[in-house]
Amino acid sequence: MGIDLPLIWIAIIGFGLMMYVIMDGFDLGIGILFPFVRDHDERDTMVNTVAPVWDGNETWLVLGGAGLLAAFPLAYSVLLSALYLPILFMLAGLIWRGVAFEFRFKADENQRWFWDHAFAWGSYIATFFQGVCLGTYINGFHVDGPSYQGGALDWLTPFSLFTGAGLIAAYGLLGATWLIYKTEGDLQRRMRALSQPATLALLAVTGVVSIWTPLVHPDVARRWFSLPNLYFLIPVPVLVLATSVLLLKLLRGDAQLRPFLLSLLLLFLGYSGLLISLWPHIIPPSVTIWDAAAPPQSMGFALVGALFIIPIILVYTTWAYYVFRGKVRAGEGYH
Amino acid sequence: MFGFSALDLARIQFGFTVSFHIVFPAITIGLASYLAVLEALWLLVKRPVYRDLYRFWLQIFALNFAMGVVSGLVMAYEFGTNWSYFSAFAGGVTGPLLAYEVLTAFFLEAGFLGVMLFGWNKVGPALHFFATLMVALGTLISATWILASNSWMQTPQGYEIIGGRIVPVDWLKVIFNPSFPYRLLHMTMAAYLATALFVGASGAWHLLKGRDEPAVRKMLSMAMWMILLVAPLQAVIGDAHGLNTLKYQPAKIAAMEGLWVDTPGEAVPLILFGLPDMAAETTRYAIEIPHLGSLILTHSWNGRVPGLKSFAAIDRPNSTVVFWTFRVMAGLGMLMILLALCGLALRPGGRIFRNRLFLRVALLMGPSGLIALLAGWITTEMGRQPWVVYGVMRTKDAVSTHSPMALATTLGLFVVMYVLVFGTGVGYLVKLVAKGPSIHDDPHPNEAEIPHKRPARPLSAFPDRPDAPIPSGGTR
Repeated sequence: MGIDLPLIWIAIIGFGLMMYVIMDGFDLGIGILFPFVRDHDERDTMVNTVAPVWDGNETWLVLGGAGLLAAFPLAYSVLLSALYLPILFMLAGLIWRGVAFEFRFKADENQRWFWDHAFAWGSYIATFFQGVCLGTYINGFHVDGPSYQGGALDWLTPFSLFTGAGLIAAYGLLGATWLIYKTEGDLQRRMRALSQPATLALLAVTGVVSIWTPLVHPDVARRWFSLPNLYFLIPVPVLVLATSVLLLKLLRGDAQLRPFLLSLLLLFLGYSGLLISLWPHIIPPSVTIWDAAAPPQSMGFALVGALFIIPIILVYTTWAYYVFRGKVRAGEGYH
Repeated sequence: MFGFSALDLARIQFGFTVSFHIVFPAITIGLASYLAVLEALWLLVKRPVYRDLYRFWLQIFALNFAMGVVSGLVMAYEFGTNWSYFSAFAGGVTGPLLAYEVLTAFFLEAGFLGVMLFGWNKVGPALHFFATLMVALGTLISATWILASNSWMQTPQGYEIIGGRIVPVDWLKVIFNPSFPYRLLHMTMAAYLATALFVGASGAWHLLKGRDEPAVRKMLSMAMWMILLVAPLQAVIGDAHGLNTLKYQPAKIAAMEGLWVDTPGEAVPLILFGLPDMAAETTRYAIEIPHLGSLILTHSWNGRVPGLKSFAAIDRPNSTVVFWTFRVMAGLGMLMILLALCGLALRPGGRIFRNRLFLRVALLMGPSGLIALLAGWITTEMGRQPWVVYGVMRTKDAVSTHSPMALATTLGLFVVMYVLVFGTGVGYLVKLVAKGPSIHDDPHPNEAEIPHKRPARPLSAFPDRPDAPIPSGGTR
């Protein structure tokens, strides 16, 4: 056989979603941290650290959706139907959060509190329902051919509510460590302090998901615990532990960038763990990426663009981050 | 739920969210190009008025862009949440087109937007201009892909149906489908027109308020030149688009014109006004002009236009609606041409800046471009019904199987939220417009000595002087 188009496409979509999780993750984390920071100027500083880049970060989510529709239309239609309510709630959260970036600076002083609330609540709701979608996805879907056969509230399970709450801890940690990198002084000190419980919370969530999932899903248990898989896969949990320990150690010191990088690594490891559990299913527990693939004419056409353009996107995105490098200071602004 | 089927609710929800959405990208497309022109003029002739206007409209652009992004995010997912069978069936065509839009347009806009909005002091003038250009280019590329996709749904070609789903066999045919060039031009011009009318109305408002300043005059003047150029051009493009629609979607034309009976060999009148009645299969109270229908629709004195009765009842679009939305669009278009001509006539001696009647009309016409744009989209989308992919898949077969309860819940949520969020946003936008451009009659615009004196939380992305450091909290 020739090129395995579904395999390449799942790699691209997987990459896009990972970019989304880590990049919009720290944006959303800023909103999650809002309740812990009361001072207006500090809140402005927090928002200003992501203002020039949040829009690009969110675009990875659109790429995830569009890529899924292009390469796996069956999965797109089934997953979005099954996750109808949580996805619309997530979008509602993203709307409040997104406009609040603009509105909180354009509102009169006496209306600002409203958009600060919208920013924080929007971030919490969007993150929570992303986590709910994740949990529901791990649990799997009841499908028959091209149509979703489950109910409108099938997503509402203890496990998915737990993953929803868990993702708040994850994005909160990303946001806090991002702020350690981008700010200084008192704000940075508080972010350092907040990062420690966030790390522990994320570690606990990862642990619970890692135990809960194989207990409920025998396939996942077999994937991880059968031999020789165990030997190949054991580095994942070991790395998670090692990273967390190192992160906690760095948080007690004066490190600027490294806590953020380690948080990214933690998220990446968790993400890899999920991929290992679910592979090769795109609609768990039964539909594989090859079952759901678009016609080769569709995948091939879109692939040419993706392979050519994504590197260019990465170049100018990096450049934009470079332009806005360095600390953001309160009362000074950096732009 | 209240007599609405799940299909009705899914359509209302999609129509509601997409109508709210389209307004923002239309202004984004127009303003991005306008900003690119202003910055180019500033770099070329260095007159501060262009820089002032750039800074003024950039704030409005930023606000508008954010609303476009968040309302557009909803659209990218609604294809799947509301129309899952359409996505599963036709995703092989619409998916790659959407993916190309994200890759070539959305990232380009988002990637350079930060520099455009916040980078005035961070990068050199040439690089900043490049960022503006890339954002403007992104908006146009975005329009190109999404209109290719929409046009393919209107006039599909270049595909086969294999195994119960659409398989693209010729991408050039898919993209350059028969209605695509017309729709692309028509929409791009509509975006430019809507923006020019909006900018012109802003200038008129300030002049009516007695702010007769060079920047205000300049924006009114530029807008009126633009309308004078684009409004007649739009009429020509619209006419050509109509011929194309008659050829490929004759039922849509029949519904737009309220024509019921097919009369080969006889001229078709133009029904100026009337009330198409779908049940009685006739257009009541019709005021007709003989031959004009043939003349406009076929460019010949006795040209034939099929009537709605030539199509089975289940294949007819709702004439009552599209007859009127089409007239709203076309009527406003004629008023725009008239406005531009009056502006031209008032130019000698600068009366265009003083004639209060003209300024009031220009102000009143501010939203007309957006109204016409929405009316046009309702015409073409409802005119495509009962099909989602014309002649290939019916809308009723495309809809996801949600309960009316779930749909009604989210519809209610979105209506309340959109009115609140975007209503407030438009309020802020109008407030910004009402503030007007800050004026700097500074003969040496590159001196950076004078410190800014602004409160800590300004409304703008810029300091009073673009070359001064920006105060804290300054975001878009």
